[in-house]
Amino acid sequence: MLEACGVGSAEELFSHLPEAVRLNRPLDLPPGISEYEIVDYFRERAGRTAVGYASFLGAGVYAHYRPVLVDTVVSRGEFLTSYTPYQAEIAQGTLTAIFEFQTMICQLTGMDVANAGMWDGSTALPEAAMMAARATGKGRVLAAKSVHPEYREVLRTYALHQGMAVDEFGYDAETGAIDLKDLESKIDGLTAAVIVQSPNFFGIVDQAKAAAEIAHSRGALLILVFTEAVSLGLLEPVREADIVAGELQSFAISPSFGGPYAGVIATREKLVRQMPGRLVGQSTDSRGQRAFCLTLATREQHIRREKATSNICTNQALVALMATVFMTVYGKQGLRELALQNLAKAHYLAGKVKPRFSGKFFNEFAARVGDPESRNEALLEKKIVGGLPLGRFYPELADSVLLCATEMSRRADMDAVTEVLR
Amino acid sequence: MYPENFRYTKEHEWVLVEGDTGTIGITDHAQEELGDIVYVDLPRVGTRLETGKSLGSVESVKAVSDIYAPLAGEVLEINSLLADAPEKLNQDPHGAAWLVKIRLDAPAEALNLLSAADYQTYIGAEK
Amino acid sequence: MSARKLDRKVNSHLSPNELLIFERSSPGKKAYQLPELDVPAVDAAEALGAASVRAEIPGFPEVSEVEAIRHFTRLSTWNYAIDYGMYPLGSCTMKYNPRINEAVARLEGLAWAHPYQPETLAQGCMEVMERLEAALAEITGMDAVTLQPSAGAQGELTGILLVRALLESRGNPRKKILIPDSAHGTNPATAAIAGYAIENIRSSETGVLDVGALERIVDQDVAALMVTNPNTLGVFEENIVHAAEILHAKGAMLYMDGANMNALVGVARPGDFGVDVLQLNLHKTFSTPHGGGGPGAGPVAVKSHLEPFLPAPRLQRSGGQLHFDYDRKQAIGRVRAFYGNFGVLVRALAYILAHGGPGLRNATLDAVMNAVYIRKKLEPYFDLPYPSPNMHEVVFSDDRQAKLGVRTGDLAKRLIDYGFHPYTVSFPLIVHGALMIEPTETESKDEIDLFVEAMISIAREVETDPQLVKTAPHLTRIGRVDEVAAARKPVLKWTPDS
Repeated sequence: MLEACGVGSAEELFSHLPEAVRLNRPLDLPPGISEYEIVDYFRERAGRTAVGYASFLGAGVYAHYRPVLVDTVVSRGEFLTSYTPYQAEIAQGTLTAIFEFQTMICQLTGMDVANAGMWDGSTALPEAAMMAARATGKGRVLAAKSVHPEYREVLRTYALHQGMAVDEFGYDAETGAIDLKDLESKIDGLTAAVIVQSPNFFGIVDQAKAAAEIAHSRGALLILVFTEAVSLGLLEPVREADIVAGELQSFAISPSFGGPYAGVIATREKLVRQMPGRLVGQSTDSRGQRAFCLTLATREQHIRREKATSNICTNQALVALMATVFMTVYGKQGLRELALQNLAKAHYLAGKVKPRFSGKFFNEFAARVGDPESRNEALLEKKIVGGLPLGRFYPELADSVLLCATEMSRRADMDAVTEVLR
Repeated sequence: MYPENFRYTKEHEWVLVEGDTGTIGITDHAQEELGDIVYVDLPRVGTRLETGKSLGSVESVKAVSDIYAPLAGEVLEINSLLADAPEKLNQDPHGAAWLVKIRLDAPAEALNLLSAADYQTYIGAEK
Repeated sequence: MSARKLDRKVNSHLSPNELLIFERSSPGKKAYQLPELDVPAVDAAEALGAASVRAEIPGFPEVSEVEAIRHFTRLSTWNYAIDYGMYPLGSCTMKYNPRINEAVARLEGLAWAHPYQPETLAQGCMEVMERLEAALAEITGMDAVTLQPSAGAQGELTGILLVRALLESRGNPRKKILIPDSAHGTNPATAAIAGYAIENIRSSETGVLDVGALERIVDQDVAALMVTNPNTLGVFEENIVHAAEILHAKGAMLYMDGANMNALVGVARPGDFGVDVLQLNLHKTFSTPHGGGGPGAGPVAVKSHLEPFLPAPRLQRSGGQLHFDYDRKQAIGRVRAFYGNFGVLVRALAYILAHGGPGLRNATLDAVMNAVYIRKKLEPYFDLPYPSPNMHEVVFSDDRQAKLGVRTGDLAKRLIDYGFHPYTVSFPLIVHGALMIEPTETESKDEIDLFVEAMISIAREVETDPQLVKTAPHLTRIGRVDEVAAARKPVLKWTPDS
């Protein structure tokens, strides 16, 4: 090969690089190690985490059982090591799976069209906000304080440089749902969208329909955010929403210390050309067979460049596939049953550790515990990770924690939590 | 091929002036370059157009092209045919697939644009 | 040693038929089993309010476990993948995705870690991040790294926002970003999202940055130049040090798109040639799997003057423990929730540990050698518009074949019949009818020779039987898909009456 390249050594291939740029020493990194040494390294770190602990953390990332079939499917090299499906003839596996994903999301959310996925829920939200701004020609969004605090931070980062104003409206201190009066007082003719999460950060099933009415009456769109996808197995979707921006981590996507996850945006037919992210469409091939391909690509960065609807290139295809397999395994009956189990577990716990808010909730709720730090320390001694201390994001709720129970939560652990918190 | 009573731009738009109404479209050369057209994005009725500024865009599968207003004016009508059948723009760009009709600020400015003969020379040179 | 040699990679493809999952569904079939509840069941209408409880989800799948596994297995056989063979995709760095990465990412303590678990129970995860930050800083020659961005495009956005924040702190964020006409589409899209105007800068006739032009247009309104190095032609920007000086003299920054780092690791470091900030693509250079389109990760590495602006939280070590520091007054806002695509970070670190310093450098040497070899072998058959020395990728144009009516897209489709995924078609835009080829270090001479022979054979077919090439592919289950119909009347989901 060296001969064919016309050089005596591989080093010569770099001789055209200016002297000033060359690294004239080895990288200051240890030499390569063997496979089992790599496993050892990571196993040691994995050991210094919460393995062996029961956890009651939710707050946007949920502990749900991952059916074995999920990893069986995504570990296939044809899915794992394939590229973005730009060459439709040799990517029908990926394209078909995405088409199914888009369909299932529409079925779950009641929307007309869904994209192939976004990086996660927190980045799907600003994309939805920018969509609303483009569609309405207006430059302001109103987000509920009961939307996930880190999601709102991401929204602000993106909005700042788009000249988009982000204002907030409050929640009702008694119910934990949005304060509709506050929303009414703050919305104006310049508002492109009202943003509501349901179930909200406190786990409360929120007043999204009422918010939609207020939004629409002022010429604004309603963006509905969800972080706990399992809730869609039981909760009536908010059909009045114009754009849904959600997180699918609950669908067999490992919590993995914060990522990778899979977001999604779903919307009404009329907004489809404003939608960011990849879209798979149905068509036929040269032999008349049904076939799928990426479509409406002219919204994207590689064609529109600076006028693109977004700069997204890589998305989350493999992670979205996990969700697709999950939705297939549980199916119509299973997702409902799973949601009912979540409801039962959380309501059992709430029967003993009184919820702070009176609003109806799905699988998580806030509870007053006095001193969250010391309560959680006591729980750690029983090898239980307690709920998220809310004071971290809501100073007015510094005496409370956010507790989540899923189908994986054991009665014995919930009883132990009760003992410590009462 | 290129109607004598149209005036043309170097960005491959045409305009037909009738009194103070201008009908605007893209040329046959443009539709050929674009390939199969899948979507046409047009301005709303009442929008003000400025000479040389983008009034919308035409999309093929792999490309988007802005359409620039040959003359300034106010949009009176847009061609609703193109919403359902964008392929008409490939089939009849000089006739049924006009894009917008506008009330011209200054019809006489059409004389600053290319005649059919000049446009044909121009695209001949481009090739 | 075998006397047999493979002369073609494919005959025909085993292609089972398969419907959509909805078309395979039947009422009552199930693939799941939940345990019995150990707490009392709750009436949904009572707990949530009757109006909040949904009816059944119409059309949602109902299949058995064996039907589910067969469905997805059959779909998978319709995909090409790195596990099947080479992807010569320029700019994508489709190298082998080591399976050890998958194994370690699934270790329970890492895979089940909740981002909000107490720091005392997150030290293992935080150490993985700390180690990766240090390794990436050493590889790039930079001072600090953030692992937060979800992908390359988000890394670019983060990088430009960092530039904006620094310039703002100096009194003027400035108005525009300079971008070469050869740049990847994410570059201008990113600059626009960051609120900057874009000014294109033309490449010189040798395909590199024209420093004369740069000198003329850099002024107090220019915030930064976004450059890819090596550029999208696979050519090293020989004037990069000079370009950095020009920019810095006017108070502007040099942003580098690190997509092509596979040509530089262990050989040259962006921090040493004047770059202020760059993003890396872990799913390119660092072997994390593409998975059909993602996930990726786009860490950003910066020089110390940009460090204060990195998004919170930052990892800090004190008292022998790692902490997340949220008290960062000058930080730009978060670009995503939590800390980044941790699962992808684990895989990238495993790759770095496996190769080590010398191994990473060798990979670079091999990647460049493979690309130069391809260039030499294909030069007699395909037009090479820019003759400068190429690094890890090479860009041809379809000029010769276009004269006979065959374009780069057609050649690419015919390559599929030879058992390869196409190269990158029609990018960069500065080359008319581009064929952009990047083999990576993964490919052996055997696979590359098959690729070269396939390309030469196709070049010959263009002369003897152009129609064969123009109507390719012929050996796949699915022929060319009607993308026009898909875009005119988009059908984006299955419905029962489909």
